[in-house]
Order: sequence, then C-alpha cells, then structure tokens
Amino acid sequence: MVEKHLLVSRIEKGTVIDHIPAGRALAVLKLLGITGREGYRVALVMNVESGRLGKKDIVKIEGVYVDEEHAKKIALVAPEATLNRIENYVVVSKKKLEPPEELEGTLTCTNPTCITRKPREPVTPRFYRVRGKKLRYQCIYCSTIISEEEIVRQLAGEHV
Amino acid sequence: MHGSWKGRDVISILDFSRDDLDALYYLADKYLEKIQNATPLRTLEGFVISLAFFEPSTRTRMSFETAAKRLGAGVIGFTAAAGTSLEKGESYADTIRMLDGYSDLIVLRHKYEGAARFAAEIAKHPVVNGGDGKQHHPTQAFIDLYTIRRLKERLEGLNIGVLGDLRYGRAANSFILGTALYRTNTLYLISPPQLRMRDETRIILEDLGVRFYETESLEDVVSDLDVLYVTRIQKERFPDLSEYEKVKGSYRVTRRLLETRAKPDLIVMHPLPRVDEISYDVDDTRYQAYFKQAYYGVPVRMAVLSLVLGKEG
Repeated sequence: MVEKHLLVSRIEKGTVIDHIPAGRALAVLKLLGITGREGYRVALVMNVESGRLGKKDIVKIEGVYVDEEHAKKIALVAPEATLNRIENYVVVSKKKLEPPEELEGTLTCTNPTCITRKPREPVTPRFYRVRGKKLRYQCIYCSTIISEEEIVRQLAGEHV
Repeated sequence: MHGSWKGRDVISILDFSRDDLDALYYLADKYLEKIQNATPLRTLEGFVISLAFFEPSTRTRMSFETAAKRLGAGVIGFTAAAGTSLEKGESYADTIRMLDGYSDLIVLRHKYEGAARFAAEIAKHPVVNGGDGKQHHPTQAFIDLYTIRRLKERLEGLNIGVLGDLRYGRAANSFILGTALYRTNTLYLISPPQLRMRDETRIILEDLGVRFYETESLEDVVSDLDVLYVTRIQKERFPDLSEYEKVKGSYRVTRRLLETRAKPDLIVMHPLPRVDEISYDVDDTRYQAYFKQAYYGVPVRMAVLSLVLGKEG
C-alpha cells in the first residue's frame, strides 16, 4: 500500500527536517509557527523506521526556509534532527542540529522557589546543558534540572 | 598565598578547591587560637559588613556577627524581611543594591534558591551565602569539614554517614557536596525514600566518582561509620502524618544505639538546631561532636570574612 522508499513526494524547494523523535513532528511545526492556514504545502511523516532513532518523524515544507533562531528552538525538541535545504528537488545543504550549551530566557525554571520565579525581580532564567545522552538543562541559579519532556511541554504546549 | 579568595563570592562549596579549603582551615586554626587566648584583633577595622537575613536565623547570623566583631568590623543588617522596605514592595534586587552601597561585604540568607547567586551578579562587593532555600549553605559545610579535620585529623578515607532530610535540607546538601571534594571511602546516605538526595546532587556525585550507598536503615550501617552527620526530618515534608510517625523513631540517634553498634571513635555531628533526632543522653558521650562543631562556627567564619576581604592576619 505504501511506497517503500518515498512515503511522500519530493519537494521542489524548501526544507526537509529529518530525524525528529517519533511523535514530535507537530511540536516542530508549532515552533515554526505553521498552522496549515498559511497555505504552504506541508508533508508530515510520523513513526517511520529509522536506523538511528528506532522510529522517527519527518517534516517537509515547500517554500519555507528555517532561520537560525528557529533552528535553535527546533534543536531543543528534536536534538538529533537534520535540516535539509532543498532547491530544484536537490538537497543543497544539510545541517545537523545541535542544542546550545547555554540558554537564556528560552525556558522557565520549574522550581517555584527559584529566584527567577520571584515576581518583579529583574532576573532572566539561564540554563546550562547537562552532559549525558538525554537532553537536559540545569538552572544556573537553583540547579533544578529540566527534562526533555518538560522542554517540549514548555516550548510546544501540552497537546503535542 | 590566599590570593584565590580575595574578592570572591561564596555561593556554593562547589566553587572551591581543596587548596582553597586548606587556606581556610589554616587561618581558622589561627583564629581559634586567638579566640582561646582572648587576643583582640583589628584585622577588619574600618570595614562594614551587611548581614541581610531575609529569613530568620539564630546561629548563622550570630556567628557571622561575632566573627565580624572579633575582627574589628562594623556590622549592619536585619533579620527577617519584616520591618524593611521589602514590606513596602521594594524588590530584592534594589535592597541588594542599597546594601552594596553601604557595606564592603554582604552575608545573606533567603528562602529562594539562587538568591545568593543573583545578588552576586548585582553587587560589586563580595556576597557570602548564608543559606539560599533548600540549596546551598557553603559556610556551614566549611565548618563541618573543619570539624572533621580537627577531630579526626584527616578528611580522606573515612566512612561518612549523612542522616535525615537529604532532599530539602541545605546543610545536608552542602555537606554531601563538600565531602565529595575529598576521597571519602564510602558515603552512606540514610533517609526515608521521599527525602533522598535530589537528582542534581546525585549527578555531581556520579561525575566526581564518589562511592555512595543509599539506605533507609541507620541500624544496618551505623557500625561502618567514622562520622555520622545528623539532620532533622521535618514533619511538614510528609503528606501523611502517620507516615512520619512510622519513620521518626528509626532515625533517632540514641546512646544505646551508639554504645551497642558504633565504632568507639565515631563522631556524631549536627548543624543544629536539633529537636529530638539525637537524644540528650548522647550529649555527654565521647561521640558527641555537635557542640564543638557549633563552636568552630566563629573561627571558620572569621577566616571566610578576612580571606574574602583580602585582609587575613
């Protein structure tokens, strides 16, 4: 029923985001601000086999290129993803995303008694990446560790 | 020689090396002798130290105040936010800026974790953390390690037990991190399951390659210990009071337990205040080290103040 090699057709120009963890494609679209009402041709492939991840999602968007700022955010919900720029049906550049070592302001500390949660204080939440296989960040003020699930929840909301 | 301390903020014991601590202990020894000989000191004459205790404190505040006065420094400050402009709605950041303008060093305690690090970012003068929420209490850990060093004459190769609230207790947390700086033989972490150390502390111990063993039973491990560090298990940490009633007896250190199970040279420590986790009949045994530990608070904090202000001597 399904074509083995190519689940959806190739795009002429735009972006293919590959190696998204299974089930996170909607989170990636949300971070890109794509709702479907913009009129872009978007293909979403979810839970397909992947050598590296076991299962993965893929997002293809015609006519859209991802800038640095969005790429940084996508790296937080899809730390292993690759960003492919397509021109004339051909991949012209391929970029492996890398979650940043430090974050400033992107996340909120989950500890309700962290100084960054105190109302009316001029302090921006800052985090360091914790070494290890799983993506985790640690608050520089209170040392609380933010899990990957929490990062996705904060950036893309509960429903994804 | 002690150049690495001058002007530094004291936020977490993890910011310090063993060399830094050796310099601290060396000076604390000197100050201890001066105290015992009642030698007046003018080391910090002309300096003003702020003691900003946004959360109540007896021992920490008084020992810092004593330390400052014994070195000849002036002291300003407050205990608890009541009665300050914070009640009128002034931000914490603004209060810190004001204290920074008035004094040469700020000692502070606050119920929010990270309050000391944030203050250090704002203040031009050094900030010394006197306890931030459940996170750090570095000068208490300095005192605890100094006590072990004085009573056991070494900090390495010991079996150290930490008992009580390892999850929310800042003294226990800082002590655990402090022992990780030394080649402790085994660290026994003794607590009910809901009060085990937090993940962020566990990661550090694993990174530093500390051999630790988590257990719920004091009785099972007490005979292995050279040092037993006791902290209070607070009732309010238990959602169900009957759970608390069930466990509280098993974390009580008694003379009988020590005399029947412990090594004869075990020392029992406690950052104080104690409620009933160490029974009074331990006070006049050879195991008791908690009153000495409290006594060392002043010389160690004298050493902290003078090193940070670059005026040791």
